[in-house]
Amino acid sequence: MKNIVRHTVFWPVVALVALLLVNTIARPTFAKIVIQNGQLYGTPIEILRNSAPLMLVALGMTIVIATRGIDLSVGAMMAVSGSVALTIIDSSPTPEAPGVIALAIGAGVLATLLFGTWNGFLVSVLGIQPIIATLVLMLAGRGIALLITGGFITTVNSAPYKFISQGYVLGFPFAFFVSILAVTVVVLIQRKTALGMLTEAVGINPEASRLAGVRSRGIIWGAYAASGVLAGFAGILYSSNIMAADANAAGNLIELDAILAVVLGGTSLMGGKFSIAGTVIGVFTIQTLRSTIVFLGVPPPVSPVFLAGVVIVVVAVRSQLVRQTAARWFRAIRSTVRPLNSKVTS
Amino acid sequence: MPVDDVVASTDVEPADVKPIVEMRGITIEFPGVKALDGVDFTLRAGEIHCLMGENGAGKSTLIKALTGVYAIDSGSITVGGSPKSFRSTADAQRAGISTVYQEVNLCTNLSVGENVMLGHEVRTAAGIDWRATHREASRHLQNLGVDIDTRSGLFSHSIAIQQLIAISRAMVTDSTVLILDEPTSSLDRAEVDQLFSVIRALRDRGVAILFVTHFLDQVYELSDTITVLRNGALVGEYPAADLPRSELIAKMIGRELADLTAISSSSKREIDRDATPLLKATSLGKKGVLEPADLDVYEGEVVGIAGLLGSGRTELARLVYGADRADTGRVEKRGVLARITAPRHAIDHRIAFSSEDRRAEGIVGDLTVAENIILGIQARRGWLRRVSKAETDALVAEYIDALGVRPADPNRPVRNLSGGNQQKVLLARWLATAPELIILDEPTRGIDVGAKADIQRKVAELSAKGLSVIFISSEIEEVVRLAQRIIVMRDRRKIGELESHDIDVDDVIDYIAHEAQETVA
Repeated sequence: MKNIVRHTVFWPVVALVALLLVNTIARPTFAKIVIQNGQLYGTPIEILRNSAPLMLVALGMTIVIATRGIDLSVGAMMAVSGSVALTIIDSSPTPEAPGVIALAIGAGVLATLLFGTWNGFLVSVLGIQPIIATLVLMLAGRGIALLITGGFITTVNSAPYKFISQGYVLGFPFAFFVSILAVTVVVLIQRKTALGMLTEAVGINPEASRLAGVRSRGIIWGAYAASGVLAGFAGILYSSNIMAADANAAGNLIELDAILAVVLGGTSLMGGKFSIAGTVIGVFTIQTLRSTIVFLGVPPPVSPVFLAGVVIVVVAVRSQLVRQTAARWFRAIRSTVRPLNSKVTS
Repeated sequence: MPVDDVVASTDVEPADVKPIVEMRGITIEFPGVKALDGVDFTLRAGEIHCLMGENGAGKSTLIKALTGVYAIDSGSITVGGSPKSFRSTADAQRAGISTVYQEVNLCTNLSVGENVMLGHEVRTAAGIDWRATHREASRHLQNLGVDIDTRSGLFSHSIAIQQLIAISRAMVTDSTVLILDEPTSSLDRAEVDQLFSVIRALRDRGVAILFVTHFLDQVYELSDTITVLRNGALVGEYPAADLPRSELIAKMIGRELADLTAISSSSKREIDRDATPLLKATSLGKKGVLEPADLDVYEGEVVGIAGLLGSGRTELARLVYGADRADTGRVEKRGVLARITAPRHAIDHRIAFSSEDRRAEGIVGDLTVAENIILGIQARRGWLRRVSKAETDALVAEYIDALGVRPADPNRPVRNLSGGNQQKVLLARWLATAPELIILDEPTRGIDVGAKADIQRKVAELSAKGLSVIFISSEIEEVVRLAQRIIVMRDRRKIGELESHDIDVDDVIDYIAHEAQETVA
């Protein structure tokens, strides 16, 4: 029991389950899933579908944070990949051709790979503080995206492209499978190779890692490049959802949601040990919260306050001080109760 | 204080032995371990009290109980006659207990005066009166015989001065109890003398001093009383004058002292110096760091580097390993030029380096013992070729057993281990990479007698099997015991080499001192 409580993802899971319970009780229709034309519909399915872009971005953020870094440019990179992809589709005479779609996605993600590589260069080679290094592209990225679309919101019609975010496979949204694939690939790369352990070592003690022969520069560089690639795919998902390249709205403030998801999942912003499972739970928690806010009819102007309140509770539960105080109260209560059931305890 | 209290206490206690701190039946449990089991400890005003014990004996835990870092599970703490229940370090400080740690915990970016007076600045209606604050800080420092500019940045002072600043800081709060945890481990002899005279002066003013060190000489030089702990339990309290050194060691390790003289045969071993040296560094140097120095290491040889702190001994090791980049000189490995500009290159040449700063440059604290041990091999293989679970288990079990790492739990985060065991884990990390040359910089600093003997024995054993070792230590005795040849350094340059066949510690010290005189003359 103690081991379960001490597990990294215990409290994140508790928070998510509590949130789901509150929703189910407050609104019995919440958990209701119906099948129409062989496709599943319902709030939980929507959460799975809508969480995909955040999932991708948060995965990259987890790895970057593990190296003691942070990537503020993920939202801007989403705008860039969407703009590149839609501009290619828009300028093609055959917007439905699989080759064109593949080219569009490839070019969009390649662009953000370059952006991520640039971030990694600034941080790992030039030694610039991550928050400053990635701030550059956070600000410049959307400008670049606007340059690509010529200042317009490019809209396209392309059934295969639309499928990425809105299509269904085996009854589930295709976007959900993209999430699963991304999580699987990241877990395989981090945990089936030694990359995860080396990343943690670099995040915990960079100098000791260097003296142990770890190629920390490459590891840090790679983390930012990976974050770029994942943000690129997230941008594709986003633009496919609205079938438009909106350089200002795409991934707006998603960097903060991603950081929040990582923290909710139990990974410390100080770097080091990280938990992919925790991040996944963090993403679902945030997405469920957003759905809860809509459902409860919290007026949009005050919804951030509601969100903040829930986040404070979730984070406070993990605070050392809060836990110790709670444990003390618990002990005090138990010791006053003990005389009554002393036979049981002894 | 109520009057009758004073009467009561003077009635009960003789004036010359007035306990300030009384800890009775202290028990602290961690998951699965009883770190302290019913320990009694008494600290009196005007005494210097040494707390002795091996790693894991419970010294740190007892200190942390007294300073409010850990809550006690049972037992009682009385300070100045009144029972206390510390919930935080602030509680302990309010009770007059101050601590100066091994790693100085001051703010390096603040000035000396700000550090001394932090939280006790002189305030007026208009805010902090900085001039008066600095004057006050200066007064406190001068009380300890330290005369420095209080407006200078803390970082510009040596660790020794920083220790004294930390002590003045403790005095600002009118502490009646001063805890010094390994304060001398990075000081040279002159600095130790200065620190000791300050400590004695404080004792004479009636401060109760709890002193923890691993240097036995210093224990006898300084302490009035010695309390020995072993495996979380009290062995006993003794007047220092009545406890011979051999008895103290026997009480600490609870078995007959491992025969260190057996190790000393290591230095008598003949080394074949006609062969090509395993490593040959020629005029290796770096501007402002180390004057160009030569260094040869033959196969199976232990080369000691003796010298005081700051003599260039660590700097030389770091240049050989590529931790810092040399700007002059060349290194040959078995007669072939080796370009070593980064630790990775050195590792590729089968050279390992264990830093003197275990915590900052050695262990990766949050990773487990097992992960720390395989980190070196894993780094060498690259991230794609993961050391398999089976391979890890086998290696880790082998080294935990061979080096006697305690607790022998591969899945425990390494930061929870004692210093000596962390050092063993680091040694394991490097030995697992099968090096041909291992550079050990202060491998026995701050660790207990038992672990020290273990590590020395291992070095002697491995070198007899053909491993070359560069052994750096501020304990010259240790260097003389292990090394076949000693390189002597002073003031960032190599001043000579000694064959250690028939020399002793005093010869080495004389050599350093003699050279010093010649340079002056």
